[in-house]
Amino acid sequence: MRAMIVKEFRQLKRDRRTLALLIVLPVLLLVVFGYAARFDVSKVTTVVVGPDAATVARDLPAPFDVVEIDPAGDRSQAASRIQDGSAVVGVVTGGTQIVALLDGTQLFAVQAAESTLARMAQETRTVGSATPPVSVQILYNPNLTTAWIMIPGLTGLILLFIGTLITSLGIVRERQTGTIEQLAVMPFKPWDVIFGKIIPYLLLAALDLVAIVVIGMVLFGVPFVGNVATFAVGALLFLLVTLGMGVLVSTVSQNQGQAIQLAIMFVVPQILLSGLIFPVSSMAGGVQWIAYVLPLKYFIDISRGVMLKATPLTALWGPLVVLAGMAVVVLGLAVLRFRRDLAPSARREGAAAEPGVPEAAA
Amino acid sequence: MTWGVENATVVFGARTALANVSLRAVPSTVSIVVGGDGAGKSTLLRALVGLVRLTSGIGQRPAKQEIGYVPATAGLYVDLTVDENVAFSAAAYGLRGPELAKRSKALLERIGIAGVRGRLVGQLSGGMQRKLAVGMALLHRPAMLVLDEPTTGVDPVSRAELWRLIAGAAAEGSAVVVATTYVDEAHRASAVVLLEQGRSIATGSPSDIMAAVPGAFGVVASGEQPQGLSWRWGTTWRVWAPTRELPTGATPLQPDFEDAVMIAALADEQQRWADDGAR
Repeated sequence: MRAMIVKEFRQLKRDRRTLALLIVLPVLLLVVFGYAARFDVSKVTTVVVGPDAATVARDLPAPFDVVEIDPAGDRSQAASRIQDGSAVVGVVTGGTQIVALLDGTQLFAVQAAESTLARMAQETRTVGSATPPVSVQILYNPNLTTAWIMIPGLTGLILLFIGTLITSLGIVRERQTGTIEQLAVMPFKPWDVIFGKIIPYLLLAALDLVAIVVIGMVLFGVPFVGNVATFAVGALLFLLVTLGMGVLVSTVSQNQGQAIQLAIMFVVPQILLSGLIFPVSSMAGGVQWIAYVLPLKYFIDISRGVMLKATPLTALWGPLVVLAGMAVVVLGLAVLRFRRDLAPSARREGAAAEPGVPEAAA
Repeated sequence: MTWGVENATVVFGARTALANVSLRAVPSTVSIVVGGDGAGKSTLLRALVGLVRLTSGIGQRPAKQEIGYVPATAGLYVDLTVDENVAFSAAAYGLRGPELAKRSKALLERIGIAGVRGRLVGQLSGGMQRKLAVGMALLHRPAMLVLDEPTTGVDPVSRAELWRLIAGAAAEGSAVVVATTYVDEAHRASAVVLLEQGRSIATGSPSDIMAAVPGAFGVVASGEQPQGLSWRWGTTWRVWAPTRELPTGATPLQPDFEDAVMIAALADEQQRWADDGAR
């Protein structure tokens, strides 16, 4: 048995990736569940509008985090702040009663806000203060249905899964079986091979995306109130990023096992840290930045915004630009690396496609 | 038109995989690269078809459209059927319509797998897979056909059939280059490159290589292993003396090709020892 144990440790020592997984995964989980995985929300971004805005804003306790006070504003202004995602709560003052508009797509923030408002109402009643009562209105997801929030996020997960894991497996299989060498010698241009390889996955992912959205709408009654084109642009950009990650993973993997390991390292943090399950706003400040480097976070902003709130394109340019930037960088890097595998000798001499191309080196 | 590499050197990091090797691919002839595992055969062939960049030296090859290449792994899609593999390869080379149907039918019949066209390639025997791979590389009638160990691990009957295919390609005008670990296959070549640790230790036609054997070569009928450099050959000993002086009891013998290859390897080893000693 000792021989067996020694052999196993020797093999593990050589298998750097498994070793990395053994070390990285516990650290990651520790970070996630220690700092990031929180359902309790400590900050709820709030705008206060109307004639009494200043007074009401002053009286709002934590977790309300007032980011804007506009005495000249009205209900539509508060609603538009919620629609474009710059606030979760809009407090409208000036009427017979104060109206608190809550963003139903922010499940945990809304729950925190609601319980605080209820506590305030309780205190008001007992103290007998003159402050008018607060009427709560939940927008976009009035019943706070979890499925409505999960399904737009899930579409992102599907794209991530197909784009990164399935694509990398498909490419690594060519490397593992040696067919990639055959492709490199065939009269294909590197672009033909690269795009011929990723376009089927792009189409599959698109098909899957449509299926998930339709099933979500039919089975769970998830609304799709926004612009389909905006959603499609966001999905395409996000898919390009994930496909790029898939190609990158494949270029540094020799076999499918390695590709799966690496893809897991790309996919798991995104599931846990991108706001899919745990709200980004409740993550500890020190780890919150991680969410902002994960492409899934931006796609979830887009998909939840468009599907549930009809957030207009003008309010989503931020996540769209970030995704576009990531797509250019990741896909560009991936294509360059992949191209190196396909045309090693073409780099120096240009096209080797003409007959009898001499390959001269110093 | 002649293709090939001249004084090709390929360096991977700190390792020199190929040092100053030349190989010509001449139309209508078969050139063979012989060497053990890790001798640099695959690197030489991959350099020839442009899969590996030369660190130095000159390479000349036809356009991709004119190259047929089979890597050591056969390069087939095991999860596609025979027909689907042929269709993919044909499409890559722009073959279609009745011409493709005619060629692929003739080819599959010639290699004896016309009856299993609908079967997954992964379910074919190793020999059948090799034959299919070589056949597919011939489908577009390449001007240069490069095969990396097409016969390794293949049964003798399939091996003979493979060589019939290879010889047929040369007869039709292809410049054929084949890598092999089997010395006996080198008989079939008009030119041989003998590789050892990335260096070419003998080149020329098989008869050139046999004629160029240095020193003296002989046979010792039986008994104890004779003095000098010798190896078992059935019940006898073959003995090679770099100094031209055979040990007593040895009868001089005309070396055959396998002897010549053995002697070339021994001579190279001696040379390296001498070089190391001088250093």
